[in-house]
Amino acid sequence: MSRQSVARAHQKIQELSWEPMYHTPVSHYGTDYTFRKAQKKDPLKQVLRSYFPMQEEKDHRVYGASDGAIRGNMFRQVQERWLEWQKLFLSIIPLPEISAARAMPLLFRNVPNPELHNGQAIQMIDEVRHSTIQQNLKRLYMNNYIDPAGFNSSLRNFQNDYCGTIGRQFAEGFITGDAITAASIYLTIVAETAFTNTLFVAMPAEAAANGDYLLPTVFHSVQSDESRHISNGYATLLMALADEGNHQLLERDLRYAWWNNHRVVDAAIGTFIEYGTKDRRKDRESYAEMWRRWIYDDYYRSYLVPLEKYGLVIPHDLIEEAWNQIWNKGYVHEVAQFFATGWLANYWRIDPMTDKDFEWFEYKYPGWYDRYGKWWENYNRLSTPNGHHPIVAEDVDYQYPHRCWTCMVPCLVREDMVMAEVDGQWRTYCHEACRWTDAEAFRPVYQGRNTPNMGQLIGSREWETLYHGWNWADVVQDMGFVRDDGKTMVAQPHLNLDDPKKMWTLEHLRRMPNLQSPNVLLNQMTDEERAAFHASYVRGGPAGRFARPE
Amino acid sequence: MTTATERSVPKPVFTDAEAGAKEFPDSTARKFNYYSPQKRKQTHYEDVTVEVQPDPRHYLSQGWLYGFADGRGGYPLDWTVLKAWGSDRPVPERGPGSGGKGYDWPAHGWHEFRDPNEEWELSLYRYNANVVRQVNANVEAAKQAKAFEQWSPNWTRFVSQHVGAWMHVDHGLGLYLFANANRRGPTNMHNTAIAVNSMHLIRAAQDLALYQLTLSEEVEGFDGTAHLEAWNADPAWQGVREVAERLTAIDDWGEAIFAANVVFQPLIGELFRSQLVMQAAPRNGDFVTPTIVGAEEFDFSERDLRYTKALYELLTNDREFAEHNCRILNGWLANWVGLTVPAARALQPLWSQPDAKPVRFEDAFDRVKSRFAGIAEDLGLEIPKELER
Repeated sequence: MSRQSVARAHQKIQELSWEPMYHTPVSHYGTDYTFRKAQKKDPLKQVLRSYFPMQEEKDHRVYGASDGAIRGNMFRQVQERWLEWQKLFLSIIPLPEISAARAMPLLFRNVPNPELHNGQAIQMIDEVRHSTIQQNLKRLYMNNYIDPAGFNSSLRNFQNDYCGTIGRQFAEGFITGDAITAASIYLTIVAETAFTNTLFVAMPAEAAANGDYLLPTVFHSVQSDESRHISNGYATLLMALADEGNHQLLERDLRYAWWNNHRVVDAAIGTFIEYGTKDRRKDRESYAEMWRRWIYDDYYRSYLVPLEKYGLVIPHDLIEEAWNQIWNKGYVHEVAQFFATGWLANYWRIDPMTDKDFEWFEYKYPGWYDRYGKWWENYNRLSTPNGHHPIVAEDVDYQYPHRCWTCMVPCLVREDMVMAEVDGQWRTYCHEACRWTDAEAFRPVYQGRNTPNMGQLIGSREWETLYHGWNWADVVQDMGFVRDDGKTMVAQPHLNLDDPKKMWTLEHLRRMPNLQSPNVLLNQMTDEERAAFHASYVRGGPAGRFARPE
Repeated sequence: MTTATERSVPKPVFTDAEAGAKEFPDSTARKFNYYSPQKRKQTHYEDVTVEVQPDPRHYLSQGWLYGFADGRGGYPLDWTVLKAWGSDRPVPERGPGSGGKGYDWPAHGWHEFRDPNEEWELSLYRYNANVVRQVNANVEAAKQAKAFEQWSPNWTRFVSQHVGAWMHVDHGLGLYLFANANRRGPTNMHNTAIAVNSMHLIRAAQDLALYQLTLSEEVEGFDGTAHLEAWNADPAWQGVREVAERLTAIDDWGEAIFAANVVFQPLIGELFRSQLVMQAAPRNGDFVTPTIVGAEEFDFSERDLRYTKALYELLTNDREFAEHNCRILNGWLANWVGLTVPAARALQPLWSQPDAKPVRFEDAFDRVKSRFAGIAEDLGLEIPKELER
C-alpha cells in the first residue's frame, strides 16, 4: 500500500468504533488514574492489510536465517560461555512477551480512546509473535547446540529457579495491579521504551561477537515491533498527563518502574554481556558504556527529560543512582559473582574468568581486580570436584547475601542494605528505593491518597526460605536440575564436558552443610542481635567480603 | 603509500559446540521434558506454547509475585465457573522448608487443551497474510473488470448499509470480547487461541471497512457512511447490536467465548454471511463481496469454531466435572439462544431488500438452526427450547 493509501485506510478504520448504546463492556481491571476522552492519534497508523504481509516477510527472513545457521554449521563457532547464559535468558523472556500481550486488555476500559485500542490490539498480537518466535529459537538451540541440558527443561527450571523468579517481575508487573501502573508505565513507558534497548539491541550485538547470529536475527526482528509499542505508551502517557490529579501517581509509578527495571534488567543483561562473552577487545563497549548510551542518553535525556515541561516529575535522583550503582558500586559485577556463587542452584554452566578476562575488566572498570579478582581465582580453583565443596560452602571471604524482598535480587551492595519490619516480618531490601516500593508505593494509601487499585507484592519472595534446613542435593533434585543419568547436575562451574569426573553430581552436594535461609535466621534474632547483624552487614563488601573488625 | 589499520572486529573461533560433538549425560536429550504431548510426539506448536504461562499448581515454586489489589495474582481458575479436573484442589502452600514441589504436571485438566489449529506466530501471520493478499487481489480484479458497474442501486445500497453494518460486530467482538479474554484463560494455549480469534475478527472488520473505502472511490453514489446509520438506528440491526454489546459485558471468559462462538456466530454470523450476503450477492451481479465475507466465514467455520469445540468438548467430557460443566453450558445455551433468536429474526427485513432475492429467511434460519443444533450435539449439550421461539 502506498503511504497515502495507508493514511486514508487508517482514517477509514476509525469508523469501526462505536459507543455502546445498550450494555457497557465488562470492566475487569481498575485504575486510580483518571482520563478524559481525547482524540489522541495512533501515530503509527497500522492497518492489518499491510501489517500481516509485513510480519510474514519478517518471518521469512528470520526462518531463512535459522535454516542458514544450521546448514552453515553456526554452532561450530558459537561460544559455549555465551550460549550457556541463553539457557537463563531464553527461559525467562517468552513470559514477559506473552504477558505484554495479556496486558493490553487492561488498557481498553481505562484509556477512553478507541484509536489507541487499535494499536493496543496490534501490540497484543506482536507480543504473541515475540513469545513464540523466542520459544522457537530456544528449541533450535536445544536441538543443535552441544549441551541441551537446561534448554530441554527450560520452562520448569525457570519456574523453580530464583533467577527465573527475579526475571518474572518483568512479566507479572505488566498484568496485575493498577491497570495504568502495570500496562502503561511499567510495561510501555519504562520496560519497552528504556530497557528493550539493552535487551534487544545491545545483547544481540554481543551474541554476534560470540558466533551466534541467530539471536540478533530474532531479536532485531522483535525490536522492529517495539517502536509501535513505545508509541502506544507515549500516547497514553500524554493523556494521563492532561489530568493534574494523575501527576502524583505518575511520579510514584515512574520511580517504582524505573528502579525495578534497573534492578532486574541490569542485573541479568549486564551479567550476560560482561561475563557471558569471549570478546575482550578493548574497544568494544562495556555494559556500562552501552547503558550510558542507550539508557542515559537515548532514554533519559532524549525521551524523559522533554516530558518534564508537561508536568511529569522525573526521578532524576534514581536515574543518577542507577548509574552510580553500575559505575561506582559494581552492581553488575556483584550480581555476576552472586550467580556464580550459587551456580549449583541454577541450570546452566558458568565458565570461569581467565587472565584475558581479568585484563579486560581492569581496563574497563579500573580497580576491578582488587575487588573481584581474588574471588574469581578461587572460583576457577574450585570449579572441578576435588574433595572440596562448591564455592558457596568454601571459605573464600564471601558472606552469603540476604534477599531483597522487593526486587528479589540479593542485597549485594552491602552498604545500601535496608531492614524494616513490614506486615509482621523483618525484611531486607537491597536499597531504600526497594523498601519504599514495598512499604509505601504498593499500598492502598499513598501519601494520604486512597489508591484502592494499587497491586500487592505477594508470593514466597525469598527462594532460600523454601529450602531452609535442606541438604543441597535434595534442593537440586527437588528443582529437577539433574541430567538424564540421574546424578550429574545440569549446572557446572566450568565448560568441560570431556571428563565425567570433572562434572559435579548430587553425591558431591550430599556432603555439604544444609542450606540456611538468611531471612528465617534474621527473624529468629532478638532485636539487639538483628541491629548488630545489620551494622556488620552494611560494613561488608565489596565482592561480598565480610566486614572487617572495626 | 597508504597503510591500512586493522579493523577491530570479533574474530571467528572454531569451538565445535554443535550437537553430537561429544557424549555426556543429557547430550542426546533434545526434547522439552516438562510437559506431556497430547499425542505420541511433541508438536512444534506445543513446544512454543505449552507452559509459557506458569502455574503454581505444578512448577511455580515461589508462587505469583504480583497481585491485584485483592492480593490475587496470575490467572485465577475461578475467572470462569467452568471447571476442569483438579480445579478444586488448593494451590500447594509453600513456606519455610516446604520445598518447591506442587502437584505432578499437569496438575489439572485445563492444561490438556490444545488448539487443533496449532496457532502460533508462524501460522497466524502466514494465514492472515494469505487472506489479505487474496482479498486485495479479488478487489483489484473486480476494479479492473469494472465489476461494480453491474450492481443495481438497490444492491449498492444493501452493501453500503448492511454489509457495512456487520463490520461493527466484528470490531466490537474482536476487541472487547476476544482481545479482552486473552488475559483471562488459565493456560497459554487458551489465551493464544483466543488472541488469534480476536485478530481474525479485527482483520475481518478492517477488510470490510477498506472494501467500503474502495467502493466509495469506485462506485458513483456509494455512501461510505451509510453503515453508521444502519448500525446506530436501523431497527433491523438493533437486536444484533444489543446482543453484541451484551456479549462484551460478560464477566466470565468461559461464557463469553461460548456465547460468541457456539451461539452468536452460528445463529447470527453465519445467517448473515452465508445465508444472506453470500447467497444474494451473485444473483445481484456481485461476485466480489462473497469472497470478502467468505474469508471471514472461513475464519470462523474452519478455525475459530474448531478450537472452540475442542475447548468445550474437553470440559463436557471432563473426568471430574463433566456434569457440572454440562449443567452450566446448557444454562448458558438456553439463555443466549433466547437472546439471540429474536435478534436474528429482527434481521428478516434485510432478506426482502435485494432485487434478486436470496433463499427465504425462514429457510435460511432453519439451516443455521440445524447447523447450530449439530454443534450443540457434538458438544453433548441439549438443544434449548428457546431455539424454536
